[in-house]
Amino acid sequence: MNNHEFEVVVVGAGGAGLMAGLYASRSAKTAVISKLYPTRSHTGAAQGGISAALGNLEEDRIEWHTYDSVKGSDYLGDQDAIEFMCQEAPEAILELEHMGLPFDRTAEGKISQRPFGGHTNNETGKPVRRACHAADRTGHMILQTLYQQCLKNKVNFYDEFQVLDLLMVDGKAVGVVGVELSTGELHTFHAKSVILATGGHGRIFEVTSNAYAYTGDGAAMVLRRGLPLEDMEFFQFHPTGIYKLGILITEGVRGEGGILINGKGERFMPKYAPTVKDLASRDVISRAIYTEIREGRGVNGQNYVYLDVRPESVIRYAALDGRTNSDGSPFIVTADELLKKLPDIVDFNRVYLGIDPMTQMMPIQPTAHYTMGGIPTNKFGEVVIDDKNTVVPGLYAAGECACVSVHGGNRLGTNSLLDLVVFGKYAGLRAAAYAGQTEFEKLPVDPELDARSQMEMLRRGSGTENVLDISQEMKKVMFDLVGIYRNEKDMQTAIEKVRALKARYKQVKIRDAGKIFNTELINAWELGNMLDLAEIIAVSALNRKESRGGHSREDFPKRDDKEWLKHTLVSKSADEIKMSYKPVTITKYQPKERVY
Amino acid sequence: MLVTLKIFRFNPEIDKKWHYETYDLEAAETDRVLDLLEKVKGYQDGTLSFRRSCAHGVCGSDALRINGRNQLACKALVRDVGIKITVEPLLGLKVIKDLIVDMEPFFDNYKAVLPYFINNSPLPANGKERLQSPEQRERFDETTKCILCAACTTSCPSYWGSETYLGPAALVTAHRFIFDSRDEAASERLHILSETSGVARCHTVFNCTMACPREIQITRAIGELKMAMVTGKLD
Repeated sequence: MNNHEFEVVVVGAGGAGLMAGLYASRSAKTAVISKLYPTRSHTGAAQGGISAALGNLEEDRIEWHTYDSVKGSDYLGDQDAIEFMCQEAPEAILELEHMGLPFDRTAEGKISQRPFGGHTNNETGKPVRRACHAADRTGHMILQTLYQQCLKNKVNFYDEFQVLDLLMVDGKAVGVVGVELSTGELHTFHAKSVILATGGHGRIFEVTSNAYAYTGDGAAMVLRRGLPLEDMEFFQFHPTGIYKLGILITEGVRGEGGILINGKGERFMPKYAPTVKDLASRDVISRAIYTEIREGRGVNGQNYVYLDVRPESVIRYAALDGRTNSDGSPFIVTADELLKKLPDIVDFNRVYLGIDPMTQMMPIQPTAHYTMGGIPTNKFGEVVIDDKNTVVPGLYAAGECACVSVHGGNRLGTNSLLDLVVFGKYAGLRAAAYAGQTEFEKLPVDPELDARSQMEMLRRGSGTENVLDISQEMKKVMFDLVGIYRNEKDMQTAIEKVRALKARYKQVKIRDAGKIFNTELINAWELGNMLDLAEIIAVSALNRKESRGGHSREDFPKRDDKEWLKHTLVSKSADEIKMSYKPVTITKYQPKERVY
Repeated sequence: MLVTLKIFRFNPEIDKKWHYETYDLEAAETDRVLDLLEKVKGYQDGTLSFRRSCAHGVCGSDALRINGRNQLACKALVRDVGIKITVEPLLGLKVIKDLIVDMEPFFDNYKAVLPYFINNSPLPANGKERLQSPEQRERFDETTKCILCAACTTSCPSYWGSETYLGPAALVTAHRFIFDSRDEAASERLHILSETSGVARCHTVFNCTMACPREIQITRAIGELKMAMVTGKLD
């Protein structure tokens, strides 16, 4: 009853998991297992857009998208993978449209596109309209559309099953073990191919745009199996989160003409990015905001600045910047038009802050947003383990939990949605093809052993420690000491503190002794994943003695291509953390200084 | 400020009958009810069970009855709901544990309306997108906002009183496809909605519209479905 056999098992039902499930199920018996109902997945929170060089509103080229992504990655992205993603992008977007995704439209009825940070016309250096959007809920539409297509194609779903363990035999993936939340029963899923699509781990940080579910389960499971993780020091802080709450305010706001204003009422981005200004890469803008605040130009001496999208401001700055419509006419916008393009942003501001962005400026601060590092894969979603890209048979990863690496040191806005559609698809295809030419391997004698012992550990603790206390301390340590700016002293402190928290974690005790929806037990287990990853992030960050993309060292402020143009691979055996490296794939874009 | 939370509790492994428990805690007026539930769970009673994920109103996990009104716990702020707060599970779906209800019947109804894009005509010869004017896109914009939180369906007296009524959320989904100029299965869906489990059970009570955290004009959308059924037209 609790043993299942599928050729392909997908863990996670966000954009990548659904895309993988959809493609794998065309030729293999496939199950998608998710701790949430699929439509609750965090892909649904993505707002601004998904990029492809369709050129629907102005000239654009795949090569420009490729170069922008390479530059955005601060040259840490693997250029073969980035070329592949950008090449696949137009077809991927059109496929979504053919699946019924309701993109916004141009006057001619084509998919509408808006500017986004770091996406440029490579000849003029000016922002280009490349982000395909559906209001400010593009991710919601992608998630809905893919789930709907999975229903149409009768994909098997196991909703509200928390996967606890990845089963491996002789270096091959053979299945997963999960707990059915409504019964507390363990289930073993025997598989030929396992695809991990478990998302990121932004909940490690105090101020974050990420969902409660973003606890890095897949990456932590892989780490526990002794496999490496890649570039874990690279985490993206999105410049515009709602002050204190961290809720995302899409870059699309700046794409529509919004600008950043400091406490003295000055627009400050031209100082940091003279050409694209408020549409520079996220790492650049987050550092700029932080610098403004540190130098005393936050609003009212507080840790925030303003994002201004009031129509009169948008029009004024568009004129100053020489921004025009595609026909060359002056760029004019009304509150009604902005409301149509950014309805959720207006709603968030009204609900959580009680302000109207059409007449008031929004208080924002950088918020922990995106996991660039993760489970190393090649461009077909196959998990790889070393500098020779040796493949783990039967194991795949896609979406935010994976590191292809197309984002390198800093992801461009809109490329996450593109990543999960493109690599979710290829992971699904590869996993199904592999399953078609291989037999089921034998499961371990007691496949549920490790999952059971993890649960038992939590039930048996002394009870002297509290899960929420440990969780909040971890988030604060990581946000304050391993955040936007980093230095050796802070990170060493962070590592000590996280290790102390890990020791305390062993003394938590779960008070809920029941089986049915024991969310206390699951939350505590998730905290264990986050603590494991927090340690790995801090250790990887301390190890990388340079500044690149989202990793900014005060003590090593320059990028160092001679020593550090390489990926970190970090693994753990017993309690020992091991570092190794893997070269960055360079095709035609030699690293140069990164100026916006 | 001190806030009092009165929370519906039912643990099927222990309790014969549901009951309420009261918890006092310190809160700020900008705290979300979800923040308070997390605090209660973290420091007062770890067994308290509820669903949540995004915590800012887009995933649809935490629709609850708060002071008698269906809303998302992550969009209900103390300053809006007051300092005496009653939190109960959604009505009309079986309670599994505390604030967690059985969502399966809700999703079954969703699945009953062909909730996916259907167009069997050949793709445009150039391989590009199917064209749709901004006006055609605008026609169904509102119903694309649905996050399937079930706040509407479980606020509807017709849904409470009927074993079979599909409920507002399923109708919203049907609307999203029926009024999409690119979709070709409007008549099949309208046929499904014309059964006794369909739009006839909507008595324009407007509870659904009041409950929707996405501010979808649900009653109007259902009205448009009824009109389409009567006139056979989709304008």
